[in-house]
Amino acid sequence: MSIAVKLDKCTGCETCLTSCPFDAIVMKEGKAFINEYCNYCKTCISVCPEGAIYEVEEISNLKSQISNLKDYRDVLIFAEQREGKVAQVAFELLGVGRRLADELGAKLLAVLLGAGESGAKELIKWGADKVFLCSDAQLQKFNDDPYADVLTKVINEQKPSIVLAGATPIGRSFIPRVAARLRTGLTADCTSLEIDKETKNLLQVRPAFGGNIMATILCPEYRPQMATVRPRVMKRGEYDENRTGEIINLKPDNINSRTKVIDTVKESSGISVNLHEAEIIVAGGRGAGGEKGFKLLEELAQALGGVVGASRAAVDEGWISYSHQVGQTGKTVCPNIYIACGISGAVQHLVGMQSSDIIIAINKNPEAPIFSVATYGIVGDLFEIIPLLTKKVKELRGS
Amino acid sequence: MNIIVCIKQVPDTSEIKINPETNTLMREGVPSIINPFDLHALEAGLQIKERVGGKVIVLTMGPPQAETALREAISMGADEAALLSDRAFAGSDTWATSYTLAQAIRKLGADIIFCGKQAIDGDTAQVGPETAEFLGIPHISYIRKIEEIKDGYIRVQRLMDEGYDVVESSTPVLLTVVKELNQPRMPSLKGKMAAKKAGIKKMGKAEIEADENNIGLKGSPTRVKNIFAPQVKAERKMLAGSPEEQVNLLMEELRKVKCI
Repeated sequence: MSIAVKLDKCTGCETCLTSCPFDAIVMKEGKAFINEYCNYCKTCISVCPEGAIYEVEEISNLKSQISNLKDYRDVLIFAEQREGKVAQVAFELLGVGRRLADELGAKLLAVLLGAGESGAKELIKWGADKVFLCSDAQLQKFNDDPYADVLTKVINEQKPSIVLAGATPIGRSFIPRVAARLRTGLTADCTSLEIDKETKNLLQVRPAFGGNIMATILCPEYRPQMATVRPRVMKRGEYDENRTGEIINLKPDNINSRTKVIDTVKESSGISVNLHEAEIIVAGGRGAGGEKGFKLLEELAQALGGVVGASRAAVDEGWISYSHQVGQTGKTVCPNIYIACGISGAVQHLVGMQSSDIIIAINKNPEAPIFSVATYGIVGDLFEIIPLLTKKVKELRGS
Repeated sequence: MNIIVCIKQVPDTSEIKINPETNTLMREGVPSIINPFDLHALEAGLQIKERVGGKVIVLTMGPPQAETALREAISMGADEAALLSDRAFAGSDTWATSYTLAQAIRKLGADIIFCGKQAIDGDTAQVGPETAEFLGIPHISYIRKIEEIKDGYIRVQRLMDEGYDVVESSTPVLLTVVKELNQPRMPSLKGKMAAKKAGIKKMGKAEIEADENNIGLKGSPTRVKNIFAPQVKAERKMLAGSPEEQVNLLMEELRKVKCI
């Protein structure tokens, strides 16, 4: 496949130039010319007012690289654990994995490393048909090498059609190694996954360009189709106490790692910073004014059972540590409720939180861009609003 | 010590707007910059060179105009620069990009390779780890601090969801860095002079002895099917009244949607 320009039709209007996400079109002698940075997204074809750009179907040498794609059937998810406990994102992967497996008429497999039998049973109750469990204590802490080795081995034996993992620090670190080794495609940080009705290929939707555009990615000729999935986007599966499944204990011959975790440190100050898994985030920006302001936000977060986030401005001021930062250069979050306090809403911040279910914006400035993404907006002083809100929540929770 | 820093020239995504009629990106006037995370990677490389000696080579894969990014890196203190550019690299996804970078790194030779944690245009965070796999060396992602470095050994802090891990590794190793690691320096006058004169090493598919089947679109397992604008959020509700009334209204709304 390639994209070509009909030179006789091209008027040199440059509409395609500015719409190309990859900067792959240049003008040569008054006509559009597509260079090597083309990603074949076909945006230019859709915007050309003259219909001068078209897709050239070359005689395909892209025959399926894998002799029989149909040998690859099931859906496999990688279930993360933290200190032996199955992480929330695993249940979300089981939710989406179950739906995809049912649509394909396939089984849902899960791989769990460094946890016990009870974790595997939990995965079955949440939707897995088969769990590959390796309880070896050496796998409790995350190291890329052994995780990649064990997962690659299971994939090679089971030949799943789809492999999903959480787009967490763990998943985004070692899953690329697995994809490189398996010579297959990997799509990062997906927010939607569907099966194409005709081809049965996996349609993987993800944000790019700082959340400015969405792209649908395919992996048509290679298997498995691999994706990391953004936490807190997919619904958890259905829990069924009586669901049964198979647990297969893995006993790897030797577990080797070139990297070694020698210590795990939870962030100080006692405030949880697990923004990815939080259901409620109370975030502060420059308007919080300092550590005092963040104290108020912390009290509200505690009352709500949530965690504290921050804009880059607040982190740069030194009011709170970087691990709390939400936005393009921080974390991308999507809690049920995001309360933005004194955050003006620069686009770099918005891309990190705008997919939250409910956004509450509290800001003195009614023109602040944060209100454009807010579900509920309050124009006012956070030093008045937040203590009142904390009090109300406490009353409600107390009763 | 040979230090390679991989950088990418990207459009400044915070400056990008969407054309509401065609739902496409408007790139006009959007400046090309060095990917912000890569500046932290470069700073890390320069600091290690200052501590233990050696040289810093910046490497980029991109169109000929990416040379600007390399010269900027030299002005900050990089010793050498290499540009991986070839029409045959067209349409590379993360798999093919990583393969291509790894082939080039093999030619250049490295004890430590630094990458930014992700590029702000693609946001995949995959090229670093995949490149390490192709090179057959370990990698550690999301480095926030380098605690110790000596011959054949490195100990770093890796940012995790709830804090950080202290991780040690043998070298050669590939590290991807977060911005907490350091504060990138500004270009120096001497550096700017050097940048003007510096020779840039050009590498194409022949120089890196790439396998045709592994590069460009042909080597890429993934395809972009289509690109579209994200859905705009449903309409908002502004809450009016005194602070007390606003808070009451909010509590009511949240109760209605069963969030509290």
